[in-house]
Amino acid sequence: MPVLFITDILIFVLLGMVILFAWYTTRHEHLRAPWRQVAANPLAMVAVVILGFYIIIGLLDSIHFHPRLSWEEEKQVEYSTEIHSLLDVLTEKMRTQIETSYSAPFATHSFAKEVIVLPDGSEIRAYPRLAFAGRHLDDVNDVGSDILIKSISGGLVGLFIWALLCGLSIFWLARHRQHTLNETLGSIIQRQGRIPWHIILITLGLCIVTLSTLFYLSSFYHVLGTDKVGQDVFYQSLKSVRTGLLIGTLTTLVMLPFAIALGIMAGYFRGWVDDVIQYLYTTLNSIPGVLLIAAAILMLEVYMTNHAVDFTSVEQRADMRLLFLCMILGIMSWTGLCRLLRGEALKLREIDYVQASQAFGVGHLTIMLRHVLPNVMHIVMISIVIDFSGLVLAEAVLAYINIGVDPSMASWGNMINSARLELARDPVVWWSLAAAFIFMLGLVLPANLFADAVRDAFDPRIRTMQ
Amino acid sequence: MINYIIRRILYALPILIGVNVITFVLFFVVNTPDDIARMQLGQKRVTQEAIEKWKADRGYDRPILWNANASGTGKLTETIFYIHSVKLFVFEFGQSDSGRDIGHDISQRMWPSLAITVPSLLLGLFAYITFALILAFFRATYIDVWGVVLCVVMMSVSSMFYIIGGQFVIGKLLHLVPISGYDTGIQAIKFVALPVLVGLVGSIGSSTRWYRTIFLEEMNKDYVRTARAKGLPEKLVLYRHVLRNGLIPILTGVVVILPMLFIGSLITESFFAIPGLGSYTIDAINRQDFAIVRSMVYLGSVLYIFGLLLTDISYTIADPRIRLE
Repeated sequence: MPVLFITDILIFVLLGMVILFAWYTTRHEHLRAPWRQVAANPLAMVAVVILGFYIIIGLLDSIHFHPRLSWEEEKQVEYSTEIHSLLDVLTEKMRTQIETSYSAPFATHSFAKEVIVLPDGSEIRAYPRLAFAGRHLDDVNDVGSDILIKSISGGLVGLFIWALLCGLSIFWLARHRQHTLNETLGSIIQRQGRIPWHIILITLGLCIVTLSTLFYLSSFYHVLGTDKVGQDVFYQSLKSVRTGLLIGTLTTLVMLPFAIALGIMAGYFRGWVDDVIQYLYTTLNSIPGVLLIAAAILMLEVYMTNHAVDFTSVEQRADMRLLFLCMILGIMSWTGLCRLLRGEALKLREIDYVQASQAFGVGHLTIMLRHVLPNVMHIVMISIVIDFSGLVLAEAVLAYINIGVDPSMASWGNMINSARLELARDPVVWWSLAAAFIFMLGLVLPANLFADAVRDAFDPRIRTMQ
Repeated sequence: MINYIIRRILYALPILIGVNVITFVLFFVVNTPDDIARMQLGQKRVTQEAIEKWKADRGYDRPILWNANASGTGKLTETIFYIHSVKLFVFEFGQSDSGRDIGHDISQRMWPSLAITVPSLLLGLFAYITFALILAFFRATYIDVWGVVLCVVMMSVSSMFYIIGGQFVIGKLLHLVPISGYDTGIQAIKFVALPVLVGLVGSIGSSTRWYRTIFLEEMNKDYVRTARAKGLPEKLVLYRHVLRNGLIPILTGVVVILPMLFIGSLITESFFAIPGLGSYTIDAINRQDFAIVRSMVYLGSVLYIFGLLLTDISYTIADPRIRLE
């Protein structure tokens, strides 16, 4: 039985908007030109491929449902009270194989010594075998060769999928260019054409092989170890992808209507409208961001504890809090974009075609929609992609102050927060932090590189310099 | 000039009022003091008397906007809005929910904050400008390209990792400085060194890249071409022309954060257990002490508005082309 969280709905609305926008762009040459420049940038294309994987994981994790309880199939169908996502189903083993406490990546034995009762009744202190990881091994000393064999077979599966995808994309390219398959393959290998296909395909291959290896291994081992309560860290990191993406994108979605409408109105109408809007954003801007979030989240907590009835499940509570956090972040971050748009609209309203439309008696709304808005879209585009990485990073900081996403929700910030004190242990429990580090860098670095490419392509100042 | 400053201050007043109203709405209207009391006292078995007592202890037992029972001006002044929000205008912060004088706490705690933020700012400016100049000097070479890539990578790492990593490597593995804590006097240096270093490294990426763009923009201008054309060596062009003119946007960018130095950095202070205003705020958030959070929101906004004012003034001083009209 499907369950729709509010954030799920919004994320699919966003996806729909992106697809519509992409479709619209492909039909207009002047909109396609800057994207072509982005596509010709090899670094940006590497970033796009990696971001694509993150988005797929995030989308898989956004389809929620109550799983059907299998033993009830004969009679009336009943549903579990738990809420799962498609990603949960794919990572069934990681999710359910919960150890008792910490274990290192690829470990077969627990991280801490425990008293073990031997079959003959004597007690020794030793590292006990883990409940799930490496259970299939008869001899624990084989672990090295077993991992090697399993990663090779996982990698081979990945290679196969990659070859399939390569074939498909070359086939599609050949159709598109109306060349033969051989010509297309040749042009990719010889790096002809503007779009660096060879780099895209290589990145795709690396990503698929790594992912499939890790996925295959993860049903036999904890590839990134387990945390304090024995949960698989790799699973947590994957679940955090959705949180990170949501914070980065929904915030923008929330703020865009305000920023665009108010910014253009301020610049276009000037006078008292301008004064009011400027006053509004200066005031909001002058409240320190973290403190405003803290105050708002405190108030949300008060509200939630006093209206506990309205929130039936932990997931819904967490979802509500995430949405609220996005809204607060959005309210704070629209001011920058609004100021930029106001400045641009001030310039645009003096340009001849706007003046001409005014002289013809075209309505203000039509002028703003038809003449001003399309000409400020590049600023909107640049600011969306630039804000994204900052928001993902901000989530970690907010989690530390306890004003981020709900503690029950998987997020990199929560992972860092619960793992940071473990560095004081001896030997060090490093894997939770390392996992959060790699996954965050893996999202933020490509996002930054992509943002740079988009800015270079869309900013007219930079475009004229080149 | 004085006219201009007065006008700017008058312009700041409505903004202050706006901030005050926003904090008031956020803290007293969205959730009434009753809600807050119920939450603080625990949910289920809270008697109305306990709530009334909690409110009376903290002065929240008055009507919110209009006190019909009082006489004369008391109708306006004997209200939560007047006592808890209007008094913020004259920096009377009142008592925290745990009964301490907030104003006194703030005056005590701003010094450790300054001990971290001022060295961070000065050393940071020096380091970032140096790096940015080096990158600008080697522009369009591999040094520049890889320098910028390094900057982007460093930007992409969460500041939490710089702090945790710094504490782990320098504090725990190398035992160079204590991991956290604070001391007064000259002893403070060993506690301050690591937070300053971490703060410095943490923002190298974004700052260096930003300053590099400023310098590069400056380098494309006509007067630099003239300087090169008359045979000035590249180093002199950089120091004498590019650096000087590039400093205008950099310094005015710094001026806006000058007043905010008092507030300190929330995360750094909390991680390194420095008893400054940042950790004060974080403790208040964790204890859900609404009075302190409210005061800090207001103080932060005042300092930011003051920073904007200073920026406008410093623009007019630094750049004679801007006229005070």
